Amino acid sequence: MSVLLAQPLAAGHPGFLSPSGVEIVFVLVGIVTLGAALVTVATRQLVHAALWLVVALGGIAVEYLLLTAEFIAWVQVLIYVGSVVVLILFGLMLTKAPIGRSPDADSGNRWIALAVSLAAATTLVTVVVDAFRSTWINVQEPTGPGSGSSEVTGTALFRHWVLPFEVLSVLLLAALVGAIVLSKRNKAGER
Amino acid sequence: MHLAYPAVLAVLLFCVGLYGVLARRNAILVLMAVELMLNAVNLNLVAFDVWLRDTLHAGQALTLFTIAIAAAEIGIGLAIVLLVHRNRGSSDIDRLRDLRESGGPPGGDSSGGSRDEKSVAPATDNDADNDAESGSDQQVQGPAAGRRHA
Repeated sequence: MSVLLAQPLAAGHPGFLSPSGVEIVFVLVGIVTLGAALVTVATRQLVHAALWLVVALGGIAVEYLLLTAEFIAWVQVLIYVGSVVVLILFGLMLTKAPIGRSPDADSGNRWIALAVSLAAATTLVTVVVDAFRSTWINVQEPTGPGSGSSEVTGTALFRHWVLPFEVLSVLLLAALVGAIVLSKRNKAGER
Repeated sequence: MHLAYPAVLAVLLFCVGLYGVLARRNAILVLMAVELMLNAVNLNLVAFDVWLRDTLHAGQALTLFTIAIAAAEIGIGLAIVLLVHRNRGSSDIDRLRDLRESGGPPGGDSSGGSRDEKSVAPATDNDADNDAESGSDQQVQGPAAGRRHA
């Protein structure tokens, strides 16, 4: 099936040895993203971890742009970089996170975690590369709005995905109420 | 573009997040690693949506839903972490062991009624006597310290 799909899309099957410009940019941004993610999970300074998370999430937004998903990219910038990281920074501040290096940022089972994640990475990379070795994405858009523009995404969202969208609003309301209830201070005599 | 590039990047990001979830001690750092894992899944969804040219745009719609759910998750998660920090004085997930199964200290589980009052004290009331002698050493070998009691 993948061959059938790839045949009309990729004209002449470009090879690994002649990467296109989009692929080169994708790999470079991917390396930056991966490095930022590694620093995020490895650094001992908590605030630096949150700031490197901004770099990783921004890199993923650029990858969305390269994959022609423009609307998702801007939503990613708005929600992740704009609000989630700010929430995390506030959380670090409110839990009195140490500013400098904290020696106990990593747990004692770090080496087990490293072994588990390396094993998972090896297995998954092997499987994924083997599965999609001859599969190509056509990122060249025909004329008109691309498949990731806000017009197309909005049409699909409000035509086919209206019910999940509305359910999602209820979920967000429940999360809002839950967060307020959880963080409300109890009265002194209540406990 | 070769589909292997976004797929491999998503796999590697997911495994980096997996390492962060397993290896970190601070609860907020664990939440950051969870965000990395969710972003890896989102990257996969977008890549496969672009590859399959789905007429319903299921991949991108699902990515939007995942982003919204992740925002809700981080809000609730941070509220819980703040509550734990307020009650226990620490957000180290290695020390939050009130719900662990028996096999720990014999006195810890039987005195369940009085633990509510004691839980305001900063954590590891199970190993309070160990704290005095081993200090930060006890954090490195947290599980071993509990085993010594048994």
